[in-house]
Amino acid sequence: MTTLARDTRIVFVRELKPMIRDPFSVVFGLVQPLVFLALFGPLLSGSVGSAGPVTAGGTVWQWFVPSILVMTALFGTSAVGSNLLYEFQTGAHERMLVTPLSRSSLLIGRSLKEMVPLAGQAVLIVAVMVPFGFDLYPAGALLGLALLAVFGVGLGSLSYALAIAVRKNEWMFWLVQQTLLFPLMILSGMLLPLESGPGWMQAASRANPLAYVVDAERALFAGDVASLDALWGAVAAGATAAIGLFVGIRAMLRSAD
Amino acid sequence: MIQTKGLTKDFGAVHAVRGITLAIEPGELVAVLGPNGAGKTTTMRMLTTLIAPTSGSAEVAGHDVVRSPGEVRRRIGYVGQGNGAGHQHRVADELHSQAAIYGLSRADARTRVGSLVEALDLGDLVKRKVSELSGGQRRRLDVAMGLVHAPGLLFLDEPSTGLAPQNRANLWEHILRMRAEHDMTIVLTTHYLDEADSMAERVVIVDQGEVIADDTASSLKSKLAGDRVAFSTGSPSDLAAIVSQLPGSSEVEATDGEVRARVADGPVAVAEVLRAAFEKGIAAGSAQTFRPTLDDVFLSLTGRSLREENAK
Repeated sequence: MTTLARDTRIVFVRELKPMIRDPFSVVFGLVQPLVFLALFGPLLSGSVGSAGPVTAGGTVWQWFVPSILVMTALFGTSAVGSNLLYEFQTGAHERMLVTPLSRSSLLIGRSLKEMVPLAGQAVLIVAVMVPFGFDLYPAGALLGLALLAVFGVGLGSLSYALAIAVRKNEWMFWLVQQTLLFPLMILSGMLLPLESGPGWMQAASRANPLAYVVDAERALFAGDVASLDALWGAVAAGATAAIGLFVGIRAMLRSAD
Repeated sequence: MIQTKGLTKDFGAVHAVRGITLAIEPGELVAVLGPNGAGKTTTMRMLTTLIAPTSGSAEVAGHDVVRSPGEVRRRIGYVGQGNGAGHQHRVADELHSQAAIYGLSRADARTRVGSLVEALDLGDLVKRKVSELSGGQRRRLDVAMGLVHAPGLLFLDEPSTGLAPQNRANLWEHILRMRAEHDMTIVLTTHYLDEADSMAERVVIVDQGEVIADDTASSLKSKLAGDRVAFSTGSPSDLAAIVSQLPGSSEVEATDGEVRARVADGPVAVAEVLRAAFEKGIAAGSAQTFRPTLDDVFLSLTGRSLREENAK
């Protein structure tokens, strides 16, 4: 276990280095969700009106900021497999496989690193939105970020597993990622409330772990720490992380073939 | 240092490696030579624990590649055909990451990275991104990455492919210096005949997944290929008849004004042919002898030219 921790730390630090060396790309990544927030938020409040679930908790931001946080996690971590695909192509991954690093650490270290940009983006979004009337409940917000981090580790792991699975047909990566991304996103009630959608969509969303994460983030950022929504979100995020790591590590063990 | 017994690897119905038995002693510099698809890289990937053999066994640096791959990995260095350093990373970062992976202390890592950077002329590049380097610079970095932990055994998979001749010579100068400093055993694959010829102390020729020859380059050449001779003459068919009667002559070709052949000993053959030609009154002009190349060795073993195989 101590070697696994040591190896994971080495992989984690190695993965962070390009980010540290290239702050411009980090800043760009941080600003992206804010642009979306600024463009989509006003449209949303205009189209859903003043009644309904979106504005039930106060301003539209109270409903929409947690959405943007989950969306940032979704887009960011589901794409990270492409970095690994690139390292398959160049030979960097092969070099890592010949070193004494444990195979599991190659996956865990990478997935844990995804928490770092995610946490940065989340903190920035919340900080920017507070002056616009977003009510901050610190305990709930911290728990919300932690939950997002756990979910991000799971989704990042799945993205790496996908990259390993399609490494000989790289074009498949974006095809599969995009095909899964949009149904997951829409059926989570992230951008538009599902309450106004047809019954089958609501039923389908009950099978979507992302929907539970979105509900939990809304509850936590509204200060509802001890709610059932928060609990189910934690279960969904934990399950995503467990399944992601399991699938990801198994894929990594076979990644040399 | 390396001991394999009947090593094989199948990819589905393709038998990439068909039973390689090989022993390499500490300190040797061995070149594995063969055409594309001969099984060189597959063999190297088995020896470096990247893929498991289908059958047979291999002990590398004292440990079995299947039973204790971790022990093998700790003791070897590997420079694959691709670039070991991540393209998004900076040169110095990757060298230090590699040092951390092998458990070097920060102080040791600084010393080792410093000396490698100097030895491989990477000094001006340490702060550059790997993707910004030229092919030759990246290859030198790959070798530096493989040497960070001063392994006792270094595998180089086609280290100089794609490099200009001058860069190849430089790279080899660095590799040989590191070898002398660290007492390394080196196994490399190459399809450059001259590289195997001039650098390796032992050449293992692989074809269709099997070892077909294993010796020093010079004894492979004299045992398996023999010298080539060429005579210019006004009556090629008469002179060809004389050449054909030499003991050990083969591939006698008579063309317009010239006779070429393969013989056991070039200078002796020239003397004999010229004497016989003089006695029979056949005009023979100049005579030349050529030392064989490893391509001649491959040709005599397989009937195919390695140079042509690789040009395909």
